[in-house]
Amino acid sequence: MSEFFAVYGSLINFVGINALLALSLYVPLSAGQLSLGNAAFAAIGAYGSAILTMRFNVPFPLAIAAGACLSAAVAMAIGTPVLRIRGIFLAMATLAFGEVVRIVAVNLAITGGAEGLIGIPNKTTALIIYGTVAATAYFLAVLGGSRIGWSFASVREDETAAMVMGINTTRYKNGSFVLGAFIAGIAGALYAHLNFIITPGEFGFSAEVQLLIYNIVGGTRSVLGPILGAFIITVLPEVLRGVGVTAGPLRMGVNGVILLLVILYLPNGLSSLFGQKR
Amino acid sequence: MFLEFEKISRSFGGVNALSEVSFGVQAKTIHGLIGPNGSGKTTLMNVVSGLTGPDAGRLLLDGRPIHRLRPHRIAALGVARTFQNIRLFPKMTCMENVIAGQHLMGGRALFPRLFRLPSARAEERQSVANAMACLAKAGIEGRARALACSLSYGERRRLEIARAMALKPRILLLDEPIAGMRLREIEEMETLFRSLVESGVTILLIEHNMPFVMRLCQRITVLHFGQTVTTGAPEEVAEHPEVIEAYLGMKSEC
Repeated sequence: MSEFFAVYGSLINFVGINALLALSLYVPLSAGQLSLGNAAFAAIGAYGSAILTMRFNVPFPLAIAAGACLSAAVAMAIGTPVLRIRGIFLAMATLAFGEVVRIVAVNLAITGGAEGLIGIPNKTTALIIYGTVAATAYFLAVLGGSRIGWSFASVREDETAAMVMGINTTRYKNGSFVLGAFIAGIAGALYAHLNFIITPGEFGFSAEVQLLIYNIVGGTRSVLGPILGAFIITVLPEVLRGVGVTAGPLRMGVNGVILLLVILYLPNGLSSLFGQKR
Repeated sequence: MFLEFEKISRSFGGVNALSEVSFGVQAKTIHGLIGPNGSGKTTLMNVVSGLTGPDAGRLLLDGRPIHRLRPHRIAALGVARTFQNIRLFPKMTCMENVIAGQHLMGGRALFPRLFRLPSARAEERQSVANAMACLAKAGIEGRARALACSLSYGERRRLEIARAMALKPRILLLDEPIAGMRLREIEEMETLFRSLVESGVTILLIEHNMPFVMRLCQRITVLHFGQTVTTGAPEEVAEHPEVIEAYLGMKSEC
């Protein structure tokens, strides 16, 4: 068992972090908001918490909370103007926001510029990661059945109908955006303290799209979908390496084929194979 | 008057969809809104529910001006509606559609559910029971577990009415509620609407089925090119020369 963990420990940790990131995007998606800014929110959480622990010796749990709150605060500030636009335009605006965050991180001295932050204390453990994933999944599952969850679903299905039923759609759209950013901030903070080093490039366009792929492959009908999607897409390269496929481009190709098959044959994601949950 | 339109005007570009529309809806009555296509009936309903703001004029609900409020605020004052082109939550079941419509009823609070408090289970039971009662009133309790997108046209209209009733409205706006329904369904809807009025709900309805409007409504308002032609009892309206010319006369020629 300990040997298994020595070999696959970092993979196991990354599966958990990616699952948390996938869940962070699941929240705005469940309210019908296609946001591509969650990797940037993770960056804010990662940089925020790492600066606190490295420069100010802030205790780790406090640094995570501060990173997540910073991320949520930024989401709150940009949410009201950004969420007035819909669909693909919202995706573009949030993507642009992600670029802004990346460029800010490259140019500030406190974030270490293009080289990023080096020497972040290694404080994240598998237990912390999976405890957070479990707590988040439970919270989101319960949220889904609450009045808030039903409001998210109503906004997703038909915004006009939701309005005339008394749902303050602006508030719930903002709420989903901020909650997603908060979870992404936690994931970013855990990632920073797992990895010793963070650079602005890690949180760019391909990371944003990766989060969306987790949700598409796993499905967004329940909280298990994004977790399953993150697991499969993260583990797949290792499995492929095991069977002898090591070349990078080929792996990307396999990812693409899986995505295509899921979209064509399981539009509700792989989790729809295991019983329908609304 | 429970709902009072005071010189409501609204134009889209150069088109005057509504110009100085004035009439009142009495409490606990069924008020019909008729007029040829494009006469502004649906626009007027959108003004009431807050989806379209009027350019000029006032709208009073129970004496309170509501024409500047956002849709969710107006709903909170007890205004529910259905849509001409039916707006359901297609990928939810009938039961789930109605549960989503209970938003303003409180219940299903997050924290009791997180800690599995007894109150969470009680709220859940209450919510499901209320939803079932609304479905039963609209006569589609048998389809509670069916997806909304799998329903027939008439059933969709009923589900939309059930969802509107979940809000426990004081006034119900129905935009062509019986379009596409069979004769028996129409009779059932008639019974439902009458019982709603008896329980204290006011209904404002748009409908093209004239016999239905004539026998159900206490008062009728006729719109033509965005203007009120007349408001009165069904028999007065039916004999009004301008109405016959503008609407009824034209219809019988077709």
